Amino acid sequence: MASKAASEAPAGGAAGAPDPRLPGETAADRAPERYPVAEPGGKYLAPGVAGAAKILVVGPLGVGKTTLIGTVSEIRPLSTEALMTRAGARVDTRGGRTKTTTTVALDFGRITLDGDLVLYLFGTPGQQRFLPAWRDLAKGALGALALVDTRDPAASFDALGNLEDLDLPFAVAVNAFPGSPVHSEDDLRVALDLLPSTPLVSCDARDARSSVLALIALVRHLVHAATESS
Amino acid sequence: MTDDPETRTTTRAVRPYVITGGRAGAGGAPLSWETLVTATGTAAPETLQPEYRMILTHCRGLLSVAEVAAHLGQPPSVVQVLLADLLDWGLILSRPPVPRAERADAATLRKVLHGLESRL
Repeated sequence: MASKAASEAPAGGAAGAPDPRLPGETAADRAPERYPVAEPGGKYLAPGVAGAAKILVVGPLGVGKTTLIGTVSEIRPLSTEALMTRAGARVDTRGGRTKTTTTVALDFGRITLDGDLVLYLFGTPGQQRFLPAWRDLAKGALGALALVDTRDPAASFDALGNLEDLDLPFAVAVNAFPGSPVHSEDDLRVALDLLPSTPLVSCDARDARSSVLALIALVRHLVHAATESS
Repeated sequence: MTDDPETRTTTRAVRPYVITGGRAGAGGAPLSWETLVTATGTAAPETLQPEYRMILTHCRGLLSVAEVAAHLGQPPSVVQVLLADLLDWGLILSRPPVPRAERADAATLRKVLHGLESRL
């Protein structure tokens, strides 16, 4: 196909060639992997970034973790495979001594804030058996946003339990899927066994503003908790 | 002639910990996933293993440990070990995560909050 060939041609090699862009497609959509550039959306962070903080986005498979991360991230979400080593093997009890390592896929994204601070969002699978893979990642995390699908709130129990085990402060965001049953906040709080102080918000992981608002609810809660305890 | 360094090759077809020489962690505390790293630009020695060279090509700008791992297609736990070596050898610089304590302080949290609010 002509358009496919054009998109694979080296950038700059197509000077004078007809623009094969599809209607509504911007140049950025077609930009090839760019080389070292420190700009928003580029591979590298701006040189002025002095440090990083992280927030975990947790929940069961299919709850919208990667969608939310992709919606707010300045880079296309990246995926990496965390190795679960000895500790993981203890939990994985199939047939006694089996493999000592197994992998857990984690998607993550980033947001540069105020120019010198970058916030990483790590999507972390919720199942109890992945808890060991979390420990390393949870260390130093500001907190976690736990996603819940109201069509199956019980699927989030493990993730919430893990957060409590790790003593990681969190907020709960109900990802509103079309056609999801609507529960009252009180019912959800009871079903999820949330502390009265734990924020519970509704969000649409496909919507940037809505997803940022959910993160804000979490960070407000963290600020409040940090100010209370000091 | 059993183990001639000249003929020893390393490829991506080996299991991750083969690359690190079986080490699961560097001497000190491991670099966290969000620690930012960048190459210092110091010329790498000729004898540097390809895995380290690959890392350096991805560190031409500032990136987190997790991003380096994702771009390399290696688990962060492996990349953490290799990056710690590069740090020891002065080939990369690191910027530790902002909350160095177990829990972030209120000032950092407020900064994150304001940063997020300004994106609305």
